[in-house]
Amino acid sequence: MLLHRFAALVAAATAVLIFAGGLVTSTGSGLSVPDWPTTYGWFMLTFPLDKMVGGIVYEHSHRLIASLVGFLILMLAAWLWRAEPRAWVRRLGYVALGAVVTQGILGGITVLWFLPDAVSIAHAGLAQLVLCLTVTMALVTSAGWTRGYSTDDRTLQGIATATTAGIYVQILLGATMRHTDAGLAIPDFPLAFGGLVPPVWSAPIAVHYAHRVGALVVSGLVLATAAHVLYHHRRRAELRRPSLLLLALLVLQIALGGLTVLSGKQYVINSLHVVTGALVLATSLVLTLRAYRPRFARGIRDQGPGIGRTVSPIPDPRSPIPDPRGAQA
Amino acid sequence: MRRRLYLALALSVGALAAACGGGSQDAAPADTAPIANPVDPATAGAVTGRVTFAGTPPQAAALRMDSDPNCVRPGGNATDESVVVGEGGALQNVFVYVKDGLGNLRFPVPSNALVLDQKGCRYVPHVMGAQVGQTVEVLNSDPMLHNVHAVPAANQEFNTGQPLPGMKHTHRFSTREVMVPFKCDVHPWMRAYIGVLDHPYFAVTGPGGTFELKGLPPGTYTIEAWHETLGTQTQSVTITPQETGNVAFSFTSTT
Repeated sequence: MLLHRFAALVAAATAVLIFAGGLVTSTGSGLSVPDWPTTYGWFMLTFPLDKMVGGIVYEHSHRLIASLVGFLILMLAAWLWRAEPRAWVRRLGYVALGAVVTQGILGGITVLWFLPDAVSIAHAGLAQLVLCLTVTMALVTSAGWTRGYSTDDRTLQGIATATTAGIYVQILLGATMRHTDAGLAIPDFPLAFGGLVPPVWSAPIAVHYAHRVGALVVSGLVLATAAHVLYHHRRRAELRRPSLLLLALLVLQIALGGLTVLSGKQYVINSLHVVTGALVLATSLVLTLRAYRPRFARGIRDQGPGIGRTVSPIPDPRSPIPDPRGAQA
Repeated sequence: MRRRLYLALALSVGALAAACGGGSQDAAPADTAPIANPVDPATAGAVTGRVTFAGTPPQAAALRMDSDPNCVRPGGNATDESVVVGEGGALQNVFVYVKDGLGNLRFPVPSNALVLDQKGCRYVPHVMGAQVGQTVEVLNSDPMLHNVHAVPAANQEFNTGQPLPGMKHTHRFSTREVMVPFKCDVHPWMRAYIGVLDHPYFAVTGPGGTFELKGLPPGTYTIEAWHETLGTQTQSVTITPQETGNVAFSFTSTT
């Protein structure tokens, strides 16, 4: 349980990091610290606080929070390596560690190469994957996951997967829009130049419009998923709660998107839009994984550092006959 | 499993080391082979003129420097430098240069270094000119840190930190470009522009709005006046030996 709480803390810290990263881009502070991994020649942790001014506040804070999150993920990976009996969960820890190290390097490269769009977009996209990994680790170490859920609804699995994938694509579109400076290419909201379709086209307008169309597609997917859950599984709290949260976050996210345009990309609103997008993704991922939960084996013994440890072995009448060599879920 | 973990860690450290090595911001080497001035001083003429702003000049907006308390002067009333209009509509900070007409003439690169200073959380001067290959020293005369970020289109971009007073960054531009913008990402109001040319015929208007392009060989020239927000204007002028041509530019607000 302590491991689950720590994993949840790591996931929360990752969301905070995404907000801090959003502030860096929203305030145009990405190059206010020109060197990396040092900060104006100082080792990052010894940079004088009195020099944290202007854009440095956002960029250097982002680096400090990123270092903390990297350290937390390292601790989590080590903890899983020592204590987690499921090999695939331990691997999640290693993958998350590799992802966060890669993310740090991408962040450094984007500074040293003056924020090339492709690297900055990759940095934004990988941040979401790191969040997904930490959320997954928090979920699969929870007591609820260990007890297992009995709903094995193929339709739900399909639409929830499509929703999560759609949200991720939409986030990538949003990152492309942000980093190509197309956030105000369409200056009005909810219409586009007073109509449903822009009367003129350019690359920034196309990217911006694609993000708006993406929002409609994602809204449809979220509504379909939530409607399916509320119609077929409304008594299953583990599915109903994330569905309702997903609906609430979707409404908030669309409102923040509109306000971002109408406020001329006010940096706090803009950054809240970024982090709320991440929370929409994380919530959809939790719902999707819970929909797939019956397909994961339970009460698993595994070889490796966690050998001999068993996670709440509750018999499942539908489970296949255990493999004497130890199942790998 | 441990073996794989060690391998992953080794790869990560290797990648980190590779990424750390990419921060060089050395200036581009200049092709500064000595060349004699091809212009005969006995026949050289000049182009002079004045740049004005027509109409009511915009009110200079007050600059908010409070994102860095070190930049805020007690009772200071710093204003935006993008449109500076003086007596009689004299327009300051206009870069005027010979855009065309010099043919294949090549000019020596001046040996003196130009200084772009950072003083009072501003770039000084706000607009200047330099020749390709000429040394430009970007100096930090402020007690606080700055980052010097040049964002050219044709030259090499660079971004270097100057955390301590007195620090100096030397750079030589490798190709002609009008203009190379400079900014400080820490203090977003700090802007400067350097016009980089392969000849010495350029000037920046001062408080009187006047300019003078001296030592021009006789010929017909396209003269361009560039302003950071008001755009560009060109005029053609022909000068005969030892003659001084005169051109006038008048800008109006584009908004």
